[in-house]
Amino acid sequence: MTDHTVSVDLKSGPPMDIADAELAESERIVDHTAGSVHSWDLVTGADGPGTRMTLFMAGCGLRCQYCHNPDTWRMKNGVRHTVDEVMERVTRYQKVMNVTGGGLTISGGEPLLQSKFVTHVFHQAHALGIHTALDTAGLLGARLSDEDLEDIDLVLLDIKSGLPETYKRVTGRPLQPTLDFAERLSRLGKKMWVRFVLVPDLTDAEDNVDAVGAFVSTLDGVERMEILPFHQMGEYKWEATGEPYLLADTKPPTDELIERVKGQLEAYGLPVTVA
Amino acid sequence: MTATDTPITSAADSAAHEAEWRSFERGPWSDAIDVRGFIQANYTPYEGDASFLEGPTERTQRAWESITALFPEEREKGVYDVDATTPSSITAHAPGYVREGEDVIVGLQTDAPLKRAIMPYGGWRMVANALETYGYAVDPQLEKIFTEYRKTHNAGVFDVYPPNVRAARRSHIVTGLPDAYGRGRIIGDYRRVALYGVDALIAAKKAERGILDMGRSTEDVIRDREENAEQVRALQELKQMAASYGYDISGPARNFREAVQWLYFAYLGAVKEQNGAAMSLGRTSTFLDVYAARDLAEGTLDESEIQEVVDDFVIKLRIVRFLRTPEYDALFSGDPTWVTESIGGVGDDGRPLVTKTSFRFLQTLYNLGPAPEPNLTVFWSEKLPQGFKDFCAQVSIDTSSIQYETDELIRSQCGDDAAIACCVSAMEVGKQMQFFGARVNLAKAMLYAINGGRDEISGAQVAPVSAPLSGEVLDYDETLAAFDGLLDWLAETYVDALNCIHYMHDKYAYERLEMALHDGSILRTMACGIAGLSVAADSLSAIKYATVRPIRDETGLATDYEVEGDYPTFGNDDDRVDDIAIELVHRFMAKVRQQPTYRGAKHTQSVLTITSNVVYGKHTGNTPDGRRLGEPFAPGANPMNGRDTHGIVASALSVAKLPYDDAQDGISLTTTVVPAGLGRDKAEQITNLVGVLDAYAVSHGFHMNVNVLNRETLEDAMEHPENYPQLTIRVSGYAVNFVRLTREQQLDVLSRTFHGGL
Repeated sequence: MTDHTVSVDLKSGPPMDIADAELAESERIVDHTAGSVHSWDLVTGADGPGTRMTLFMAGCGLRCQYCHNPDTWRMKNGVRHTVDEVMERVTRYQKVMNVTGGGLTISGGEPLLQSKFVTHVFHQAHALGIHTALDTAGLLGARLSDEDLEDIDLVLLDIKSGLPETYKRVTGRPLQPTLDFAERLSRLGKKMWVRFVLVPDLTDAEDNVDAVGAFVSTLDGVERMEILPFHQMGEYKWEATGEPYLLADTKPPTDELIERVKGQLEAYGLPVTVA
Repeated sequence: MTATDTPITSAADSAAHEAEWRSFERGPWSDAIDVRGFIQANYTPYEGDASFLEGPTERTQRAWESITALFPEEREKGVYDVDATTPSSITAHAPGYVREGEDVIVGLQTDAPLKRAIMPYGGWRMVANALETYGYAVDPQLEKIFTEYRKTHNAGVFDVYPPNVRAARRSHIVTGLPDAYGRGRIIGDYRRVALYGVDALIAAKKAERGILDMGRSTEDVIRDREENAEQVRALQELKQMAASYGYDISGPARNFREAVQWLYFAYLGAVKEQNGAAMSLGRTSTFLDVYAARDLAEGTLDESEIQEVVDDFVIKLRIVRFLRTPEYDALFSGDPTWVTESIGGVGDDGRPLVTKTSFRFLQTLYNLGPAPEPNLTVFWSEKLPQGFKDFCAQVSIDTSSIQYETDELIRSQCGDDAAIACCVSAMEVGKQMQFFGARVNLAKAMLYAINGGRDEISGAQVAPVSAPLSGEVLDYDETLAAFDGLLDWLAETYVDALNCIHYMHDKYAYERLEMALHDGSILRTMACGIAGLSVAADSLSAIKYATVRPIRDETGLATDYEVEGDYPTFGNDDDRVDDIAIELVHRFMAKVRQQPTYRGAKHTQSVLTITSNVVYGKHTGNTPDGRRLGEPFAPGANPMNGRDTHGIVASALSVAKLPYDDAQDGISLTTTVVPAGLGRDKAEQITNLVGVLDAYAVSHGFHMNVNVLNRETLEDAMEHPENYPQLTIRVSGYAVNFVRLTREQQLDVLSRTFHGGL
C-alpha cells in the first residue's frame, strides 16, 4: 500500500502497484464473452465523429499522473456485461449513430486490458455497419492482430509523450510499444486521431513536443493531431483511489503555452486541433 | 358550409386584385380565405446556403441603437414608462415611432417605444398592483369604472370558483392559472390582412353572420353572434388604427413592405388590446417570402432593402411590452411576450417550407444581436435542406436564441400550416385556438397521495380525505394506487377551474381581433399541463427500486424521506424509470379526458413549466427522490439537474419517449451544452448539432431548446450584468435575457446539467 504521507519523486515516476496488478490480472482472463465495464455515455463532439456510444472499460495498465478517470483503474470496480448485453445497447443507438455520422467508441481505462472482449464487440458492431473507434494508449497494441484491426475504423491513439523518459515519468511505462503500434497502424492504412495531453511542467518541454511531432509526421493516416489541455476536473475522483495525486498544484496550460505547442506541432505539417 | 369556404364576395373586386395579386398563381385561395392554399401555390423553396444574406443598413443600426439606449433604464426600473390612464384598445393611443420619418415598418403599442399600456379587462387588480409596484398613481376614476361599473375577467372567475378549486389554488397544487391576466396563446392569422385586406375579411365575417342568423337563438348561437359582431367591430377599428399611421389597409398589400406592414398592423392591433400570457405571431416568413420574391423579380427591392424591412419588423416585435406584476414575473421571468414565429418545416407534398425569408428572420439575430423575442422557432425535420440546417445550427451556437420543434409530429396533428403559440403549443393557424390552462404540480400530488390528501407543508387537508400510507417503507403498488386516486380528484378540480376561467375570459376579455382572424368555426383545445414530471418519476423509481422510509411528524404527516440503495433516474435512457414517466403522462391525460370541457374543447396537455419550475419547487416539500423542500424542479420535461449522466443525447432520448399522443400541447426539453461539447471547431460543432437535432427528431422528440454556453459566461454575467445586455438563453419554451432573470432563477440555470465533451 502506498502511504499518503510519502512524497513521491516525480522523476522516478508514479507508484505502479495497481497498474501492475491490473496488467497481471488481464493476462489471467479466461472468459472473454463478458467484460468489466465502467460505464457508457452518448458522446457528441469527442471520441470520434458524430454522436457516439462510448463504452468505458474498467481497468488500466498505465498510471498516468494526470489521469482524470482514476475511477476506471480497476477491472474489479466495473460491472460485468456480456458481449450480447453490450450489443443490445449498441444497436439501440444505431439510428442515432446513422443520422449523426457517429458510431461506437471503446475507451477506458485501457480497453486493451480486455482485448478479446473488445475485439468481439467490435467484430459484431462492424458487421452491422457501425463505425468503430478504439481509444487506447497503445501500450498493449500488440494484443490486437491485423485481423482484429480490420473491425476498427478509427484509432484514437493517446501518445502522451515523444521522449521515452518523459513517457515513463508520466505513465510509469515504456514508450516503445506505443510507437510500434502506431507504425503498424500506419502500415495497415488505419485512420488515426493522435492525442497529446499537454501538462505544464510535465509534458510541455519543447524537445518532448518536437519528438511527438517528428514521430507523428512519419505516420500515414493521421486525420488529426489533437492537443488535450490538462484540466483539474478529475481531481475529486482521486480521493477514492488512496493514491497521491501529484498534480494537485498544477494549473491548466496557458493560452500562450497551447499556442506554442500548437505551432510546434503544425511545423511538422500536422492537422492540429485543440480540445 | 365550413368557414374555409366563406366566399370573400363583396370585396372580390377582381380589377383591384389584378394589381395587388399580379403574377400570383390563382387558385381556390383567390375565391375564399385560404392562406395555406396561397402559400402552396406561390412559394419557392430555397435549398441554398446563407451566403446571400445581407448585414444591417445604417438606418437599421440607428433604429436599433435608439431602442437599446433605453434598455438600461428599463432594466433598472423594471419598466421604462407606463401610460397609466388610458385603458388600451386598438385605437386608444396616438401613433408612435421609433424614429419618426425613418421607420420602415411603423406602429407601436402606445405613442412611444417601451411605454406600456394598461389593459384592465383581464383584471383590475393586476393593473393596480403593477402601477403601484412601479410607482405610478392609480387613477381613481378608472378604478371606479373597473371595480364598480365594468366587471373584469378576474372578477368573473372568482364569482364562480368552487371551494375545491380555491383550496387547490391556495396550496399551489394548481398554479399559474390565467384567472387574473389574459390567457393568450391565441394566434390570429395576421397574414390574412396582408393577402386579402380588411374589407374582404369583414365581408367574410358578415357572411358567417348570415349563417348564424339562420339558426335559432339558443345560448351557443347567441354567443357566436355576439362574438361575430365584436370581430367585425375589431376589424373596423384595425382599419382606423392603420389610417392613423397614414395607411389604408382595406385592400390587399401590393408589395413586400406593405405585406409586412399590413401583417404587423394586424398583430399590433392584437397586442394593443390583449395582455395575453403569450402573444404569438404565427408562421409568417414563407408567406411573406412570396412578396419578397416578387419584388426581387420586379427589381423594386434588392436583398439589402428586403433585409431592412425584416430587421425593422423584428425590431418592432422585440419591443412589444406588457405591464405585469412581480408575482407574474416570478412565474414567467424576464418579461416574456412569446412573440413566437414558426419557421421552416416540410409541406404535405414533401417540399421544404424553407425560403430565403426564413433565413432572413434568423439573420436578424446577427444584424440586431441575440434577443429573446421574437421567439424564433424552427420546425425541424431530417428532410430540411442542408444549407438551412447548417445555418440554424450556426445561429444556435452563436446566439442560443432558437428553439426547435419536430415538424413530423406537428404536421401529423395540425397539418403543414401550423404554428407554435407560446413555447410548444402547436395549432393550425386561423383554424384552431386553445384555452390555456397552465399546469398542475404532479410531484406535490404524489406527496398528497402519500399523506391522505393533506398538504405536506401546511398539513391542511386539501384533497378529499383518504387513508395515508402508513407502512414503515413505502410500497410501490400502494403508492401508485393512492396516487391514482389523488389524480382523479386533481383532474376534476383542475378542469373545473379551467372551465370557469375560459367561460369568463370569453365573456369579459374576448380576443375579438385575434378571433376575427380565425375561421368562424374552429377547433378549441383545453390545454392542461403537468409540472414536476421528473421529480415524480424519480421518486416512484426510488420507491420501486430502492428502499424509501417516510419520516413522519407528530401528526403523522410524512415530511421527509430516507432513501437506501440505488435506483435509476429519468434522463439516462433507462426504460425502468422512463416507463414510469411515460405512464404518469398517459395516466393523467386519460383522467383529464374524462372531464367535460367548456365549449366542447378537445383535451390536451403539455409537459412544460417555462420558468415556473422554480416557483413550483418552492412550494413543494421534500420528495422521495432526495430533492429538498423548496428546491426547484427541472424545467418542463427535463430530467432533474445532474441526474442525467450519460450525455445530452441519452438525456434527450428519455424525454423523446414521452408520448406525444398524450401530450399534444407539447413536451419541452431544455439542454445546455458547452461549445466544446459539440466539437473542436465551429464546422464540427455545426455538423454535430445538426446530428443531435436529427437524432432527436427521428427518435420522436418533440421540442428542444439549445443553449450553447460556457458556465463561466453565465457566472460573469451575474456579476457584471451591464456587460451582457443581450445575453440570451433558452429556458423551457422561450428565451430570456439572462440578466433580467431573478438571482434565484439565474442560480437555477447554473445548477442545470451542462453537457460537456470531457
